[in-house]
Amino acid sequence: MALRIAVVGGVAVALFAVLLFRLWDLQILSGGHYLAEAKNNRTREYKVIAPRGDILDRDGNVLVDNRTSLALQLNTQKLPEDPAEEKAELARLGQLAHMSLRKVRRTIDEQEEVAAGAPVTLRKDVGYDLVYYLEENQRRFPGVVVQRVFVRHYPDESRAAHVVGSVGEVSEEELTEAPYKGLEPGDEVGQGGVEYTYDKYLRGRPGLTKIQVNALGQPTPGGQLVSQPPTPGDNLKLTIDPEVQAAGESALASRGLPGAFVTMNVDNGQLLGLGSFPTFDPTIFTEPMTQSQVNELYRDPELGLLTDRATESYYPTGSTFKIVTALAALEGKVITPSTTIFDGGKLTVGTQSFQNAGGASYGPLTLVPALEVSSDVFFYELGLKMWDTGQLQRWAAKLGIGQESGLDIPGETEGLVPSKKWREELVAEGLAEERPWSAGDNIQLATGQGDLQTNPLQMAIAYAALGNGGTLVTPHVGMEVEDAAGRVLKEFDPKPRRRIKIDPGHRAAIMEGLHLAAQGPQGTSYGVFGGFPIEVAGKTGTAQRPPHADQSWYAVLAPYPDPRIVTIVTMEEGGFGAESAAPAALQILEAYFDKRASSVSAAGTGLAE
Amino acid sequence: MMYATRTRGGRAEPFAVRVSIAERLGLAHMDWPLALATVALAGFSVFTLGQATSHDVPGSPHYYLDRQAVYSLLGLVGMVLLTRIDYSRFRELRVGIYTFLCASVSLVFVFGFAARGSRRAFEFPMFSFQPSELGKLLLVLALAGFVIDGARRGSVKRRTLRYLCLGLAPAALVFLQPDLGTSMVLVVATLAVMYFGGVPWTHFAVIGAALIALIALVLVAAPAVGVPVLKGYQEQRLTSFLHPSEDAGGAGYQQNQSVVAIGSGQKTGRGDRATQTRLDFVPERHTDFIFAVIGERYGFGGAALVLSLYALLFWRALRIVTLSKNSYGTLVAGGIAVSLLFQVFINVGMNLGIMPITGIPLPLMSYGGSSVIATFLAVGVLQSINIQARLSQKGRFAW
Repeated sequence: MALRIAVVGGVAVALFAVLLFRLWDLQILSGGHYLAEAKNNRTREYKVIAPRGDILDRDGNVLVDNRTSLALQLNTQKLPEDPAEEKAELARLGQLAHMSLRKVRRTIDEQEEVAAGAPVTLRKDVGYDLVYYLEENQRRFPGVVVQRVFVRHYPDESRAAHVVGSVGEVSEEELTEAPYKGLEPGDEVGQGGVEYTYDKYLRGRPGLTKIQVNALGQPTPGGQLVSQPPTPGDNLKLTIDPEVQAAGESALASRGLPGAFVTMNVDNGQLLGLGSFPTFDPTIFTEPMTQSQVNELYRDPELGLLTDRATESYYPTGSTFKIVTALAALEGKVITPSTTIFDGGKLTVGTQSFQNAGGASYGPLTLVPALEVSSDVFFYELGLKMWDTGQLQRWAAKLGIGQESGLDIPGETEGLVPSKKWREELVAEGLAEERPWSAGDNIQLATGQGDLQTNPLQMAIAYAALGNGGTLVTPHVGMEVEDAAGRVLKEFDPKPRRRIKIDPGHRAAIMEGLHLAAQGPQGTSYGVFGGFPIEVAGKTGTAQRPPHADQSWYAVLAPYPDPRIVTIVTMEEGGFGAESAAPAALQILEAYFDKRASSVSAAGTGLAE
Repeated sequence: MMYATRTRGGRAEPFAVRVSIAERLGLAHMDWPLALATVALAGFSVFTLGQATSHDVPGSPHYYLDRQAVYSLLGLVGMVLLTRIDYSRFRELRVGIYTFLCASVSLVFVFGFAARGSRRAFEFPMFSFQPSELGKLLLVLALAGFVIDGARRGSVKRRTLRYLCLGLAPAALVFLQPDLGTSMVLVVATLAVMYFGGVPWTHFAVIGAALIALIALVLVAAPAVGVPVLKGYQEQRLTSFLHPSEDAGGAGYQQNQSVVAIGSGQKTGRGDRATQTRLDFVPERHTDFIFAVIGERYGFGGAALVLSLYALLFWRALRIVTLSKNSYGTLVAGGIAVSLLFQVFINVGMNLGIMPITGIPLPLMSYGGSSVIATFLAVGVLQSINIQARLSQKGRFAW
């Protein structure tokens, strides 16, 4: 018996030792770890979404703001544990949200993968009737909440769509990048246009509410620990002029041809209008898209709606390029403004013959009339004179052609100015036929043909440099960041890229040629601008872009002789410059000057100031 | 001495009178450390419940406090009354006790109050009574009697089988209620009585092997052939402590939270800043997981104190086993001591995450009248054995 009692006593000692050791381990050795876990346990953090800043035009009109929307969200942890009950609830939810059970499950899985534990958004923009129904039947829908969310709203639909861009959920890749530090999956960031470039100003900071909860996740009385309200994003004011933008968009839309327009202040690079056709309503990005919508949007980058033809295109420019040729020839002392060149209707170099458009011949010409009538032969001769000097390419580069401009909208293209070196490289890489750079190549380039690839924005910058006497501006659409009260927090005035030395006499000659081309009786666009009350300097362009029909261009500086703005319009397959692009440019200028005239007359009556 | 002082009437010496009254109440020969540990544990329970459950029942902050205090006082009274009874009478009443035990645990199937899918207790207007709790004591009292009574009847093997059957019958009834935890305590109490009753070691080896085979059958083999013996939640609870993180939302979750609660108490405890046990992260904090409350609120100091009190209690109980004046007392004391040790170890181990969740309350500390009172009564029986032993050593009976 004594043995049996001793055995039990020994076992008891061992058992108590085990308990005490375990207690020691938990409380003394690992206590800190468990204390942290316990503290973490009892708080829930709720993020309060910050509304994104508005995007305004230069007059303060809203281009993009937010609307609040009711989103049907599901807290998956609160779903019934029983699989059959869970299935029943999801099916009921699906009926409410007009989704199949399979789609509901897929939505949950997809969002759980990105942000496990976060509420799953089943459907945005649910109606109030659904909210009331859910409130009345709360018990049948555990875990279902209706959350107020902010959705981007575009009051003028497609207005300046390529400029403003769109927002979307931050991608996993972006989350690892510095500008998106501190964001979480599901947060919305700018994904294009100024929404992307100025995201850090527009985004705002989410608020945080920390609540002490019990094990069921229910707030405990007086359990609100921290409440930090969200900071709304700041508003972004663009340089876009509403009238100019509207005129440009309607001019493009009325012809229905793919094309683009750029209107820019020649002195500081502020873009008053920037548009591309066909265009889109960014609202589509705020809603779930059907596959056919996705296909329509992305089917072809060259033809697609999303491509901004003002900045992302690769076009030859036709005769609008002639100012580059003229500047290169004058500044390179190849000709002077009084040098006469005979235009016999064509120029023959070796076996190649280059003709004027329409078979015209203008006889002996100096630069000014050559620009007025847009003699090709005159400029062919200049191209021939400079064919292996590289002067033309140098001046194109000086004027920013074939270079990214530093525009504050992502996606602009570099383009290409063909040169001897480029040709040789191409041949060396076996990408082109075995043929050296020829006079013919340069002759083509002199009139904006051949392998030249540029876009309306680059042309606007080049024309602006001519107009302002040699400053290569940095184009931009961002003007100011304002807080909600309208106080300016930051102004954007990017420095010019460089100054080019242009002889004032040379500039004056070219400007005169352009002025006559627009408003002289012999001018190529006299039919369009002849009756315009404000003096302008404009140049037509008709670019051959096989296999397409000719592309119509127009470049205009106004007012002449000291321009404030430059407008470039191009329309694919629009024919002669004067035919479609020039009338569109006229519409834009009318809008610009009408507005100024009316504000001047308002000032005259003493109403202003 | 005693008779002498009495004859002196009012002129008794104060010292002699005091001895007389103490002896009359049986207090002089009580095991005081045992009584102290018992009352201290019950008192600590009342204190803890008062602090930790003041928000549990809306409108009555003292709900659990008041009730547990009343249960403890009733238990205390019952304990003192039992000390005055010679426990050997229970040996004579063994058949009656055994019959009452089996009847009461059977009747809950008919009249029982169903709570959470199991019928364990009778519901009365003011209180509920769970016969299986008292059954732990009753089984020990009756079985010890059967063992002593049958000591010279039949072969050793037959006797072992008979004891087993007698013990396992009520255990099986309780298991079917279903109440896995209490039925396990009944099995352990049976084995303990047999152990102190001198059942050969070899028989225990066979029983042990059979138990292991049974566990394997219940947990592995039976479900594999489609005959589940345990309810799903029972099996989950029993096995989840082996892999707590796998099932963070279910049974393992509860145990995890209990471990976190105890760990977060560190040396000195978190007091009213305790969150794990105050905000419902730990389930059943007033009953099965009260040790977690103590660990979190009062830290290592409080929890170690509780363990020490149980160690003291068990040591004194084991001491009484050695002191008992007769074999019946040895068997009863041994059965009570071992079943108390088993309950404490399983419950505290469960709180500490090293034992399965079995729903065994912590004796004297878990909230619940049946359990508290039954434990007090068991201690009363131990005291009775102690007193009788002391008195017999002096060659006298109390009354």
